Amino acid sequence: MPVLSDLPVRDPADEPFIRLSNIRKTYPGVVALSDFSMEVRAGEVIGIVGENGAGKSTLMKILGGVTQPDQGLIEVDGLAHDAFTVEDSMKAGIAFVHQELNLFDNLDVAANVFIGREPRKNGFLKLIDSKKLNETVQPLLDRLGATFGPTTPVSRLSLAQQQMVEIAKALSIRSRLVILDEPTSSLPLAETGKLLEVIAGLKAQGIAVIFISHRLHEIVEACDRVLVLRDGCLVDTLEGNEINHDTMVRLMVGRDLKVVYASPATARGDVALRANRVRTTAYPHQEIELDLHKGEILGLAGLVGSGRTELARVLFGIDSALGGSILLNGDEIHFASAAEAIEAKVFLVPEDRKGAGLLLDLTIAENVSLPNLRVYVRNLLVSRSRESAQAEKSRDNLDIRAPGVSIRARTLSGGNQQKVVLAKWLAMDPQVIIFDEPTRGIDIGAKSEIYKLMRELSDRGVAVLMISSDMEEVIGVSDRVAVMHEGRISGILARSAASEENILRLAVGKTV
Amino acid sequence: MLKKDIGLLVLIIVVGAVVAIINPRFLSPINIANTANLVGLFGIFAIGQGFVIITGGIELSVGSVIALLGVIFIDLIANQGVPWPVAILLVIIIGFVIGLIHGLLVTRLKLQPFVVTLCGLLIYRGIARFYTHDATAGFPFGVNFPTLEWLLTGRTDFLALATGDSLHSLPLPHSFVFMLALAVVMWFVLHRSVFGRHLYAVGKNEEAARYSGIRTTRVIVSAYIICAVLTAIAAIFFAMYTRSILPSGHGNFYELYAIAAAVLGGFSLRGGEGSIVGVVLGAILLQILQNLVNLLGIPSSLNFAVMGTVILIGAIADQQFARFREQRGRMRSRVSETADG
Repeated sequence: MPVLSDLPVRDPADEPFIRLSNIRKTYPGVVALSDFSMEVRAGEVIGIVGENGAGKSTLMKILGGVTQPDQGLIEVDGLAHDAFTVEDSMKAGIAFVHQELNLFDNLDVAANVFIGREPRKNGFLKLIDSKKLNETVQPLLDRLGATFGPTTPVSRLSLAQQQMVEIAKALSIRSRLVILDEPTSSLPLAETGKLLEVIAGLKAQGIAVIFISHRLHEIVEACDRVLVLRDGCLVDTLEGNEINHDTMVRLMVGRDLKVVYASPATARGDVALRANRVRTTAYPHQEIELDLHKGEILGLAGLVGSGRTELARVLFGIDSALGGSILLNGDEIHFASAAEAIEAKVFLVPEDRKGAGLLLDLTIAENVSLPNLRVYVRNLLVSRSRESAQAEKSRDNLDIRAPGVSIRARTLSGGNQQKVVLAKWLAMDPQVIIFDEPTRGIDIGAKSEIYKLMRELSDRGVAVLMISSDMEEVIGVSDRVAVMHEGRISGILARSAASEENILRLAVGKTV
Repeated sequence: MLKKDIGLLVLIIVVGAVVAIINPRFLSPINIANTANLVGLFGIFAIGQGFVIITGGIELSVGSVIALLGVIFIDLIANQGVPWPVAILLVIIIGFVIGLIHGLLVTRLKLQPFVVTLCGLLIYRGIARFYTHDATAGFPFGVNFPTLEWLLTGRTDFLALATGDSLHSLPLPHSFVFMLALAVVMWFVLHRSVFGRHLYAVGKNEEAARYSGIRTTRVIVSAYIICAVLTAIAAIFFAMYTRSILPSGHGNFYELYAIAAAVLGGFSLRGGEGSIVGVVLGAILLQILQNLVNLLGIPSSLNFAVMGTVILIGAIADQQFARFREQRGRMRSRVSETADG
């Protein structure tokens, strides 16, 4: 652990304290990183962007000391390391905050910050010194501007607050460099702002931050310097006002093309699904009124926790509504289970892809056939040849990149897993499809393909409802945008009026 | 057949061969027929247990159900004068209801299967003892059911039957034959039917199964019913095999034999894993171990200790093997992960 006498206000022109030179790392058949150099100075925020596969993870593994580079030099405070190990990385003051939080939600904040390093009382039992624990954690939380205390149970914290706990953990070991790996991908809009403030705070205290994100406008907002990676190479370093969305995408993809949002080819049709004064468990006293038309993509924006996912669960029959009625093509329906919704051709692509969308241990073919298994039965038994025939067809149609349809869904990338979830429903002639955060954690290439599929569906007359917290996606993809605020629809915007500002105003309960 | 099943089969053959070399009586027709009978009896309800374990549940009341339904069955035919086919039907219906109740408590009231079936274990044992006033239930002198006895405890030389007595083989106990036939049917149900696929899906990830339109409650309740009905059938076989039932001791620990057979057969207590071949092989191995204790002159008090040791060794070997495979897999996936990360 580095011994810092205090936390001086550093001059940003300080010498870099971490320097990577000409790093090269190869794996059999792949050059993961080649000729990569970077410097980290105290108090700077460095953005790293690149598509999946660009070499970000390898770089992180090298900085964490988990993987050793084949070539190149790592210097910390001017001292070169032959082999940069996990221990060296910790000594250098490098701390990671991962996308997936590693907190114990049955413990309080202070216990999480000092997990495994609890201060002990003297005495026979060596009990945990809770007083000292809380006294040590409080100042860390103050530095981050946290509104919760050391004894708050983690289960009561929002996602952004939980990330603050992770950052407090990093501060508690006196880190000089905090690496945030996709910290905002699961954060709602309002909380994202909070995290960006925390980053600014760290910067002001002279702590360097490496910020990895797929959400480029956050990079623009937060970073002093952006490194763009493509195919294991550093393609460019952007500074100051060179940092903008289009430049980054161009450099990442290697061409000028960005996500293409297609406009609808046909006018929208009749109402397919109508929520009439529906109440859900999220806000039992608020009524939801929503019409979803055939042939449209209706975006459903709002803050996380505004009741969007609960509405989706009710529409799909997972939960029952507390009140109100749901009409499908004008007829009132009461789905007692997802099975009944599926029979009525109302489908959901859930938010939690790995936990609810797919069975990771089943093969692609088994996942695709699962909701409609009876169709694949011959002589009372499930016909594997029919299953794989359908799966092959889906694989071609959706361009699922997998060596075969009999491999487990677990081994696929996020984008391909999402395509398998979609394949289930596309094989069954959908009428209504609800997407809940359809492209979370998916790279730009696969995102575009999923948008294209959504548009193809709506052009075929399918009614598409898309819940999304990604502003860019909501505005780009939707034909209309409904915004939810605390359990009710606070406004519906036509495509032309769907600006970021309007959506945000509605999301926080104001009017447009 | 899975690799795991083949491993278990090899183990059975090795153990069998060692026992046979030390004591050739292991392969005598009478010993084989006796062991096969026990394999049949225990196999029937072990298969049922397997269905529950695949859902991620557990059924602890098996032994008590065997005692309760056993005394009821004997009472019905010996004392109440109920015709035995009707008695069989009644006992199976009671089994069905027990399974239904367990399943509903687990799914509707969201109680943990361990708790539900532990209470079942206590309740059914208590009722069985109360039913007979703690006395042994048995057949009065001179009361006989020749057809029933032949059906459930008889032996048939199927080769002789098929060739019109010109060729002879070992006469097989009917309990064993019934268990084999049941295993074949259940193999198709579990490994090839829609219900079987749903069962695996629910066991692997109930949430995802529900989102895929599987009626998970129905699937889980069905598993408990299958288990209890097969246990009821086993209870009838046991009643006719032992002919007298001491309700405080009959069937004690039988649930653990079933769970042990499933675990040996590659079932995961977390659910979603296991095969019919595995649980049948597990039941066979357990009976061979019991038999081995007798034949090798090991004090019979060590019976459970031997069984426990073998299961433990099996579990450790399986775990180590899985770890080895995972490590190999991780080496591969680390490379591919880096290829896209």
